Amino acid sequence: MSQAKSASILDSRILIPAIGAAFTKLNPRTLAKNPVMFVVATVSVLTTVLFLRDLIVGGDNLGFSFQLNLWLWFTVLFANFAEAVAEGRGKAQADSLRKARTETQAKLLTSGNGRDYKMVAGTSLKVGDIVLVEAGDIIPSDGEVIEGVASVNEAAITGESAPVIRESGGDRSAVTGGTQVLSDVIRVRITAAAGSTFIDRMISLVEGAQHRKTPNEIALNILLAGMTLIFVLATATIPSFASYAGGSIPVIVLVALFVTLIPTTIGALLSAIGIAGMDRLVRFNVLAMSGRAVEAAGDVDTLLLDKTGTITLGNRQATEFRPVRGVSEQELADAAQLASLADETPEGRSIVVLAKEKYAIRGRDMASLKATFVPFTAQTRMSGVDLDGSQIRKGAVEAVLAHVSGGTLPVAGNTALAASPQSQTVRELQSIAEEIAKAGGTPLAVARDGKLLGVIHLKDIVKGGIRDRFAELRKMGIRTVMITGDNPMTAAAIAAEAGVDDFLAQATPENKLSLIREEQAKGKLVAMCGDGTNDAPALAQADVGVAMNTGTVAAREAGNMVDLDSDPTKLIEIVEIGKQLLMTRGALTTFSIANDIAKYFAIIPAMFLAFYPQLGVLNIMGLATPQSAILSAIIFNALIIIALIPLSLKGVKYRAVGAGALLSRNLLIYGLGGIVVPFIGIKAIDVVITALGLA
Amino acid sequence: MTLNGWLQILVFCGILIVLVKPLGAYMTRVFSGERTLLSPVLVPIERGLYTLAGTSEREEHHWTTYAFALLMFNLAGTLVLYFLLRLQDVLPLNPAGMPAVGPDLSFNTAISFVANTNWQSYGGESTMSYLSQMAGLAVQNFVSAATGMAIAIGLIRAFSRASGKAIGNFWVDMTRAVLYILLPICIVLTLVYVWLGVPQTFGPYIEATTLEGVKQTIAVGPVASQLAIKMLGTNGGGFFNANSAHPFENPDNISNMIQMLSIFAIGAAFTNVFGRMVGNQRQGWAILGAMGILFIIGVTVVYWAEASGNPIMHAMGLSGGNMEGKEVRFGIVMSSLFAVITTAASCGAVNAMHGSFTALGGLIPLINMQLGEVIVGGVGAGFYGIVLFIIIAIFVAGLMVGRTPEYLGKKIEAKEMKMAVLAILCLPLAMLVFTAISSVMPSAVASVGTGGPHGFSEIIYAYTSAAANNGSAFGGLTANTPWYNITLGLGMLMGRFLVIIPALAIAGSLIAKKTVPASVGTFPTDGGLFVGLLVGTILIVGGLTFFPALALGPIVEHLAMIAGQAF
Repeated sequence: MSQAKSASILDSRILIPAIGAAFTKLNPRTLAKNPVMFVVATVSVLTTVLFLRDLIVGGDNLGFSFQLNLWLWFTVLFANFAEAVAEGRGKAQADSLRKARTETQAKLLTSGNGRDYKMVAGTSLKVGDIVLVEAGDIIPSDGEVIEGVASVNEAAITGESAPVIRESGGDRSAVTGGTQVLSDVIRVRITAAAGSTFIDRMISLVEGAQHRKTPNEIALNILLAGMTLIFVLATATIPSFASYAGGSIPVIVLVALFVTLIPTTIGALLSAIGIAGMDRLVRFNVLAMSGRAVEAAGDVDTLLLDKTGTITLGNRQATEFRPVRGVSEQELADAAQLASLADETPEGRSIVVLAKEKYAIRGRDMASLKATFVPFTAQTRMSGVDLDGSQIRKGAVEAVLAHVSGGTLPVAGNTALAASPQSQTVRELQSIAEEIAKAGGTPLAVARDGKLLGVIHLKDIVKGGIRDRFAELRKMGIRTVMITGDNPMTAAAIAAEAGVDDFLAQATPENKLSLIREEQAKGKLVAMCGDGTNDAPALAQADVGVAMNTGTVAAREAGNMVDLDSDPTKLIEIVEIGKQLLMTRGALTTFSIANDIAKYFAIIPAMFLAFYPQLGVLNIMGLATPQSAILSAIIFNALIIIALIPLSLKGVKYRAVGAGALLSRNLLIYGLGGIVVPFIGIKAIDVVITALGLA
Repeated sequence: MTLNGWLQILVFCGILIVLVKPLGAYMTRVFSGERTLLSPVLVPIERGLYTLAGTSEREEHHWTTYAFALLMFNLAGTLVLYFLLRLQDVLPLNPAGMPAVGPDLSFNTAISFVANTNWQSYGGESTMSYLSQMAGLAVQNFVSAATGMAIAIGLIRAFSRASGKAIGNFWVDMTRAVLYILLPICIVLTLVYVWLGVPQTFGPYIEATTLEGVKQTIAVGPVASQLAIKMLGTNGGGFFNANSAHPFENPDNISNMIQMLSIFAIGAAFTNVFGRMVGNQRQGWAILGAMGILFIIGVTVVYWAEASGNPIMHAMGLSGGNMEGKEVRFGIVMSSLFAVITTAASCGAVNAMHGSFTALGGLIPLINMQLGEVIVGGVGAGFYGIVLFIIIAIFVAGLMVGRTPEYLGKKIEAKEMKMAVLAILCLPLAMLVFTAISSVMPSAVASVGTGGPHGFSEIIYAYTSAAANNGSAFGGLTANTPWYNITLGLGMLMGRFLVIIPALAIAGSLIAKKTVPASVGTFPTDGGLFVGLLVGTILIVGGLTFFPALALGPIVEHLAMIAGQAF
């Protein structure tokens, strides 16, 4: 499931089954979930019965009422079709997921020694069982690695074929049923019973089977039901008004007016919009555990973002060599490069790159230099190189200072360094280091043979374009807060550079949680992402908690979304998708309601023309005959559903331009458009059906 | 239309706008329990009343308690008024010797005055004793207005308080509305009216001999005091049958201007109270702006229609506008303006006969009421009425900014939507269903004065006026029959209480919600965009429902008039 494979809306593999589904969805129990369409179907049954009666006993205008009946049913079928198309797009993905869920055999451990096992069906596993998974095995169900480390191919769920490491203990302990272990052996405690695994949930989510109405959908449905009732009153009272005026109105015409007035457009597309919203998230490789979470994403006021990986690149890079007095930059760069030649860490490599780019010190071969690499250890907190009897060390400032002053280097001649100039150099070095830290960087001291040379400025590299994204978020009205373990000084500098609104330095799980509670107490909705077990409380507390797929089971359970790509930046897209979902609903509701004006002007004069010919003036569209007017209105009403399916699936584009500008734009398109479009559409249909002689 | 006419309309609007801020500030202080100029006199009285009623101004209630108190108070008021009317023949202060009022008319009248409607199926001077007028009708004129104000204040608190459970104390809000706002202003207005020539006496009707030697009875009574609250409380029930067209009830253009201003004063000031209480007066001005646009549209149409007159008359050589049913001392402008004001607010007082307006001139008052009287509206009622539309507008359009819709930081969710829809639904229910039944019921049709679409307008106007709690009549319809008395009474009850309860439920639900701080992602509700949106929502959601009915009434009548046919 890569992001690229967005199925085309006009994919015949989706459209053809959807036509069939449109008919099966005529089942009253399915229809009852959608109040507006249920009402349309009910009145269609009524008019069909009346039509059949007329057919038998003989009535007037059979052709006309046959066509009206036909289009009434089309209205219902088109609504079903829209929902089926939305579901169909998910089904394609569900099918590929199902392949991963094929029956697997599990090696259920039978004794405490962790070696004896018996083969059982994967579906028979219970929560708490411990299974053995060896290279080549498919992991039978969701679980947590309790022992061992293995590389796992998770392509089945993420679409990413590069294997990932799963190991016991840390933040990478969760494994997903259906994925394959490529190397080594792990023991896994099962955390999900058959039928409720991650893949099962994914399948039901993408299929829309679990599509429960979200709070906002419920509120919207109430409005739509209310408007339907209002129009019941408006149309059901017409016959007696007409009879006062000495006329009568055929039932089929009343029904036509009623169906065109009630908000069928949004009623038909509402569930498709919801399913498509979830689907968009899935295409982004994000799984929302509920529609509620997607909606909440649109409402988010505060975004908590981890510094590392989200705001800055995971690794720091060398950006500058700062020698102490008496040492040239070239000399410092040379020593630093030598010390880093064998250092395979990204920081080490960046030092070599900087030395080459800035001071043209080309790479040297360690072997030809007869140099030995001194690796970094937690005790020394330094790394370096020994060559030609000279020792070069780089490391944390305190560590290097301790190393220099402690005289642990047994090299003769160093004692010549007098105490006073030495301490002066120390002071200078410390002040450089402090300056770097203040600017948000990490200082790395370099010493050669006990002599301090200077400091390498390692900098947190703020991701390209992230500043613009935060500016965009600010325009959406979302406040960003950077979470980091750094000290406040460093954090402030990076926060300023990245353009976040606020930061939480020296973050701990506790103060992260209290920050979320604080924001929520102010009435704000908070989103965050996390992967570790210690993130779980905060993820659970946040209104939108996105757990990384690489994270622990605890984190995955606590969040209400899972990001399969484990990319924390995605929080921003998730917010946009949430907003898009709400906007699409609002836009189509506005459009649907605004349509009513034109429909009134089409049907009212046609309806009353027989006894109040003066009302012909209201036929401002100049529709050919009363029958063609009514027919055009009902045809437009049905066809607009089909015409808007692509929009409801793609969603209304969100632009971060501020609420006022966004609203006036959308009001212009969907409000004013909703008033104008049906006038044009109904007129055009009228011309066509008159030309075809249908009415 | 003349420049002079428009200047008069502008003068009215200008004075009203000037009144909004000081009155709004005063009302805000009153309902917040702060000290005002009148406090030294009124605080002891107020405290005494609370002690007597066993409540305290510090005590606040959940919305259900608030609603229960309100309903019980109104029920008691209805019963007292009903029996007062039934027994007026044996009660004092009946110098004209009026007989007891009949049961169906008493039922209708009791509901009518409790529901702030003042629909009158009777002529005041020929039906009511002075006691009924003063201790019955006028008392309800005060307390029904105060009830509306209390609800509006409860709803405003739901927005202005960051979170809580209690929306206020009904007894306190109502007492303050009467004591600090309605009574003092009415006392001043009564004196002004008396000065302008409106009678205020307990004396019997005057017997006069005309120049032709005919004996004539001239009805008088405590008119000025009734008149003051009739306008200020948007009640509209006239002392005389001719209402404010009667020279004793509206002597000249100055009294006419004062009456028009006092209809709108409190309703318009409520938008300012709202703005002040939520901490941003622009929010209030935005609402008043939306009301203002709809009002000006209405005034323009009516004034244009009335000034253009009737082409049939023109063909006969009678040029000029339509003066039928209008008082010469007010003329076309002041009659048109009065008609729009009285139907935009739920007043229902008239200074001209709406039934005699041209078709389009009569269409606007009808639409004003069908929209739920949210254009300034009844005291308090207009405000909570427009909040219902704001909820719908914010919900639909608010979604288009990509957030769960919120108004002033309070999220609009399923519960608010349910209540708003319920409240909005009850108006077409009462207006259309009763009209539909009446227009096919031979006995009901027999009450209609004129044939054709105009007769239909008479019926729908009556039910619209009742359900909207307006009380003005289209004329022509003989409404004092058991059928109309009872169904109009029911319409008034539905239009009043089926809106009040949901409005209070919304207050109760919103007050419990945390206020979400505004950000650039929040749709600003104090600007032109919001005003436009609100106007559009009111017209489309509120107005489209009635389009078929209006087409068969005033619209077809207008088209017939152009074609040379009158009804």
